[in-house]
Amino acid sequence: MTSSQLLGISTLGYLVASALYIATLIFKTKKSGIAASVVTLITFLVQTVGIGLRWYESYHLGFGHAPLSNMYESLVFFSWAIVIFYLILEVKFNNRLIGAFAIPFAFISMAYASFGKGITQEISPLIPALQSNWLIAHVITCFIGYAAFAVACGLGCMYLVKSSAEDKPDAGLIGTLPGLKVIDDIIHKTIIFGFLWLSAGIITGAIWANSAWGTYWSWDPKETWSLITWFIYAATLHARFTRGWQGKRIAWLAIIGFLSVIFTYFGVNFLLSGLHSYGSS
Amino acid sequence: MSNKKNSIWSFFASVKLALFVLFFLAIASVIGTVIPQNAPPDAYINEFGANMARFFQILDIPDMYNSWWFIGLLIMLALNLTICTIERLPNVWRLVVQDNLETDIDRLAKMRPSKEILTSLSPEEAANCARASLAENGWQAKEAPRDAGILLFAQKWPWTRFGVYVVHTSILVIFAGAMIGSHFGYKGSVMIPETRSSDTIYSFNNQEPIKLGFEVLCKRFTLTHYANGAPKEFRSDLAILENGKEVLTKSIVVNDPLTYKGHTFYQSSYQSYKKFLISLTDNQTKQAETFLIEPGKEIKWPVEDVTFGIINREMTETPFLYKYKVWFKDGTGVAEPFWITDGDTTTVKRNGKEYTFALKEFFATGLQVTKDPGVWYVYTGCMLMLLGLMVAFFLSHRRIWVYIKQEGDETSVLVSGNANKNRPTFEKNFDAVNRSLEEKIKAAPETT
Repeated sequence: MTSSQLLGISTLGYLVASALYIATLIFKTKKSGIAASVVTLITFLVQTVGIGLRWYESYHLGFGHAPLSNMYESLVFFSWAIVIFYLILEVKFNNRLIGAFAIPFAFISMAYASFGKGITQEISPLIPALQSNWLIAHVITCFIGYAAFAVACGLGCMYLVKSSAEDKPDAGLIGTLPGLKVIDDIIHKTIIFGFLWLSAGIITGAIWANSAWGTYWSWDPKETWSLITWFIYAATLHARFTRGWQGKRIAWLAIIGFLSVIFTYFGVNFLLSGLHSYGSS
Repeated sequence: MSNKKNSIWSFFASVKLALFVLFFLAIASVIGTVIPQNAPPDAYINEFGANMARFFQILDIPDMYNSWWFIGLLIMLALNLTICTIERLPNVWRLVVQDNLETDIDRLAKMRPSKEILTSLSPEEAANCARASLAENGWQAKEAPRDAGILLFAQKWPWTRFGVYVVHTSILVIFAGAMIGSHFGYKGSVMIPETRSSDTIYSFNNQEPIKLGFEVLCKRFTLTHYANGAPKEFRSDLAILENGKEVLTKSIVVNDPLTYKGHTFYQSSYQSYKKFLISLTDNQTKQAETFLIEPGKEIKWPVEDVTFGIINREMTETPFLYKYKVWFKDGTGVAEPFWITDGDTTTVKRNGKEYTFALKEFFATGLQVTKDPGVWYVYTGCMLMLLGLMVAFFLSHRRIWVYIKQEGDETSVLVSGNANKNRPTFEKNFDAVNRSLEEKIKAAPETT
């Protein structure tokens, strides 16, 4: 087995899991819910082994490095982080229906990594700027944050779906979702978690930039967009803590915040130019 | 306090302002990521037209992040943070240090959560149960007699109320670090050819020369490649010279700079000249000389009667590493060519004579030089921010009161609590104390 086969299987696994979670939401069948969790967990393990194997393979190629160095590897890690974050949420809040709004993100990320235009799956050696332990710290912290924001966005969608059908609370699939108050609370906690990791991600990036170029902040588009994202979530948290915003407003902010994350992640690479160009292929 | 009530003060103390500033900072920051920064003026005219370019000039768009209005927004944020903190801190301070044994008894029953237990135990026995239950669950209680009853109070982490102010202060510390850096520091660069030294660097801002007060010598620069042709390493062997004497040497690579007297030297680029550095030593006479030569030219070393030159090159088995064919002649006989790999040293044996011959491609190393006395403030600010965020998000000030009072022939035990955040977690703590207390009261032997 090679890492790319295992990661290919993971893509498929997350597709099946997504379908099962959505089926559970629609048909309210307990069995499909359990199957969804089982498939997700197994796929997650396969993916973990795949990532580990890719790391190992890079040593065989003579330039070992953690598989966190280009667009492909970051997408794989992004999906991995979404899944582990979601699984913890599933256990903690004992609710499988969130999966329908979270696991599809993991699948899309893997599918994009596998089939996206211009994304190379090849393991390539690290150019000098990337040869730093801060690379690992930076990518891990950022993507844990991004994963939390992805889940918060899924929960935001879930909230809006549920609240739009509020007058008929027990109608069809909407009735099976957790209560609005519960979703609102999970969104808030998820944003807090993501915000802490995003802050750590920006900080590790700044320290790394300083050790590589002697500038911890240069208003490069990627840096700036990560800060814009940070501003959006900071404003969201203040709106909630001090002005009591909740419900729909926070749900929308969770979605807007994640759009900013997506732009920081992809938009900057494809539409703007800057120092982060190695993340783009 | 009257000056605090004026409208400018309350404007800056409002969280609404914070939301607006964060919103405008986010929107404004986008501009600079879409419109290229610090491009030559013509580029803006070509891309956006003359009128638009003039408009940009007025608003400082080409250097947006240093413009008066963007800095103005940052100052607004800083003022807002400072005044918000000054405004709210005294209150928070009071909450942290206040004597909770003086809490109004009537308020206790209204707290959420709170619970009253009635028992036939005497107040003193009930208090013993309460003391034990609190201690068992890790709550250290103080107590005082209140209104013919006993009030017990225990709290955890009152100081966590400062967490959010630590985060706000951390942003100010980061700003302070950035200001210190831009006022007392500079960034520049210098290109130093191998075997040469420089005591001057050139500022990024205006290309002005800046004297270092010491010299940096580039002893050697090496460039290596991966098999696929991508660069693997840029390495400069540097030395610091004070009055011509070497005081420090370090081999730097990208991500591993050299720091001396507040200046940090970063590997940032290199320049190739299609020239070669040859160092030649006569092993008997110890006569030595370094030559900077171009390929295909005949070089003479009159002192030793040596003539040599590079006449060919080929790639070695290592991709992008070349070997060179050298033509070499001295007074002892006919010319003999030999091959030498870039960066190697070889011994040339002639009739009765021996030379040490070293060849390497000649480069200049491009160093970025930074003096930033503010960077440690920025890092301190960053650490404070993470610490503050963790405290602010995950820890809460938790308080439990137990008020015990004789009510007719029964004793009332009123347990109340509150937490400023994460109430569900607190309620679990609270329930644990309550459960243990109920068990103790039930189990206690009746003395009457």
